[in-house]
Amino acid sequence: MPDNYTGYKMDTNNTNINFSEEALQLMHKIMRRYPEGRQKSAILPLLHIAQAESEGWLSAPVMDKVAEILKVQPIEVYEVASFYTMFNLKPVGKCVIEVCRTGPCWLLGAEDIVKFIERKLNIKEGETTADGMFTLKTVECLASCGSAPMMQVGEKYHEHLTCEKVDELLDDYRVNTNEHISHWAKDKIKA
Amino acid sequence: MKRLLLQHIDVPGIDTLSVYREHGGYKALEKALKDMKPDDITEEVKKSGLRGRGGAGFPTGLKWSFLAKPEGVERYLVCNADESEPGTFKDRFLMSKIPHALIEGMIVSSFALGAKTSYIYIRGELLYVYHILEKAIAEAYDAGLLGKNIMGSGYSLDLYVHPGGGAYICGEETALIESLEGKRGNPRIKPPFPAVKGLWQSPTVVNNVETISAVPHIVNMGGDAYAAIGVGKSTGTKLISACGHIKKPGVYEIELGLPVEEFLFSDEYCGGIRNDKKLKAVVAGGSSVPILPGELFLKTANGEPRLMSYESLSDGGFATGTMLGSGGFIVMDEDTSVVKNLWNFTRFYHHESCGQCSPCREGTGWMEKVLHKFLEGHANMNDIDLLWDIQSKIEGKTICPLGEAASWPVASAIRHFRSEFEDYVKNPQKIKDVKHYYRVNNLDPVIN
Ligand SMILES: Cc1cc2nc3c(=O)[nH]c(=O)nc-3n(C[C@H](O)[C@H](O)[C@H](O)COP(=O)(O)O)c2cc1C
Ligand code: FES
Repeated sequence: MPDNYTGYKMDTNNTNINFSEEALQLMHKIMRRYPEGRQKSAILPLLHIAQAESEGWLSAPVMDKVAEILKVQPIEVYEVASFYTMFNLKPVGKCVIEVCRTGPCWLLGAEDIVKFIERKLNIKEGETTADGMFTLKTVECLASCGSAPMMQVGEKYHEHLTCEKVDELLDDYRVNTNEHISHWAKDKIKA
Repeated sequence: MKRLLLQHIDVPGIDTLSVYREHGGYKALEKALKDMKPDDITEEVKKSGLRGRGGAGFPTGLKWSFLAKPEGVERYLVCNADESEPGTFKDRFLMSKIPHALIEGMIVSSFALGAKTSYIYIRGELLYVYHILEKAIAEAYDAGLLGKNIMGSGYSLDLYVHPGGGAYICGEETALIESLEGKRGNPRIKPPFPAVKGLWQSPTVVNNVETISAVPHIVNMGGDAYAAIGVGKSTGTKLISACGHIKKPGVYEIELGLPVEEFLFSDEYCGGIRNDKKLKAVVAGGSSVPILPGELFLKTANGEPRLMSYESLSDGGFATGTMLGSGGFIVMDEDTSVVKNLWNFTRFYHHESCGQCSPCREGTGWMEKVLHKFLEGHANMNDIDLLWDIQSKIEGKTICPLGEAASWPVASAIRHFRSEFEDYVKNPQKIKDVKHYYRVNNLDPVIN
């Protein structure tokens, strides 16, 4: 069962959710790809876009907004969002580091990479740094086993990791990250 | 070596429509639309002997011929680009490098099946590939290769990419359909099969990326010529994604029937074991297939050299054989702890079980816990039998084959490496000392 199911908390304070005009247009364009009456199919792409628009996580009001756009019940969105591991149901750092922990990566040192990041950022897997910059997650095989060990940040794959390389990457992200990095890259929403 | 799918992989700009067309791209579509009827294409695919490249190896032409075609009901083709089987990374490679190969395959196959709308379901983590495909699809629309009246043939098709949200189970075809309908990825009870009631209860064919990408080659060269490649019922070429403790991890296109020894040790392919260590074990077709010790992998129980083919890899059944599966080729050297690796794989299946069936939901968790006892040095001899017992009670008792996928690695590890389990019971410190993982510093990857 997906871990994130247990992390779910209702957030009733923030009810004025507004997605950007570009995001709304993209959402409606995607909804038209499914036959009349089947717009619910667009739930996953819409959740990705909503998450990109909402600092990398899905609060209950954000999901309610998606339900409203899709004309489905909020519960239909909650039950989907809680099933899939890419959706964060708790606030996350600007930079979510997802290290692959599965067999092939693990055979080549994924565990060392995770330990190194934990030490460098002084957090444990699943936690966020106090400054809100980094969240560390471990994930299952990302179809990059030939370039193991690897990790993903947003849409980007970082492969053939060594601790030295991760060290540099994290320093880089710390300096150059101004807004939340999402799986659905922000420039792909505007385009 | 005959290469079809990766023939033009190194051509600069092959991801663009113009370069793809300069290298023969969309010739198969033209041929299909101008010179062939939909059923002719299915006939050629049948003749080609093409088998599903997603893991199960089911004959593609036969699957297509099962598609129900009631009057006035939409039919759908859905491409399975969920690629999440540990060890498998061929589809990602193919789609990101030559997106038009899949798109041409989708159009030709949709025409053969009479689909007017088709979807490519790609795993959500691959959103960057999603955007590559979107761009290529837009190019195809602009060139009149998608949309209304394709190449003046009167045939119209809409093709869309659909991202998943992170769930291995959505690679199972009925879970994939549920997910595409905007639901949790819970597999459906079969029958009815998707060919009768699939997406939105309409007849649907689900095929893997590599399967669909092979179709244009079959149309171009003819089914018989495709069937002449390979060995016996393993026709054509197959992408193998090789990883683990080898010198040259990467994606290789092989002619089916290549001796495994050549694949593993020759410089043209994996290049042998890293750091010149000895081979311990191989998981030949993605994490779900039975693990084999090196000797049994290289030679069958009868002493015959094994080949990279569906039949040869499964020679000996599960007692002494394995499966070609998805082509996820994971190699382990002499320093590897099979038990520790098995714990990792089992944790994966536990994490990815959708939770519908008790044997899978609970059983995968129990197996993970028992295996963890070995890691912690608390296991006793009965735990080996307990593991065996649990796995045997998952297999065959679940809605979808994730249960089997979780059982087979456990069963095969006990079958072939029982002494390693026993050793850890007797010498608990040993497993803690395993130098199992080491950082990669100087590994130059080669993508072929
Ligand atoms: C748990 C599970 C995961 C699967 N994952 C994939 C996958 O990632 N990609 C894939 O093509 N097939 C996957 N399959 C196989 C599909 O169910 C289906 O057989 C396949 O997509 C059919 O296409 P093919 O005949 O072209 O291989 C999976 C099956 C199971 C049981
Ligand atoms: S195991 Fe890490 S990408 Fe496959």
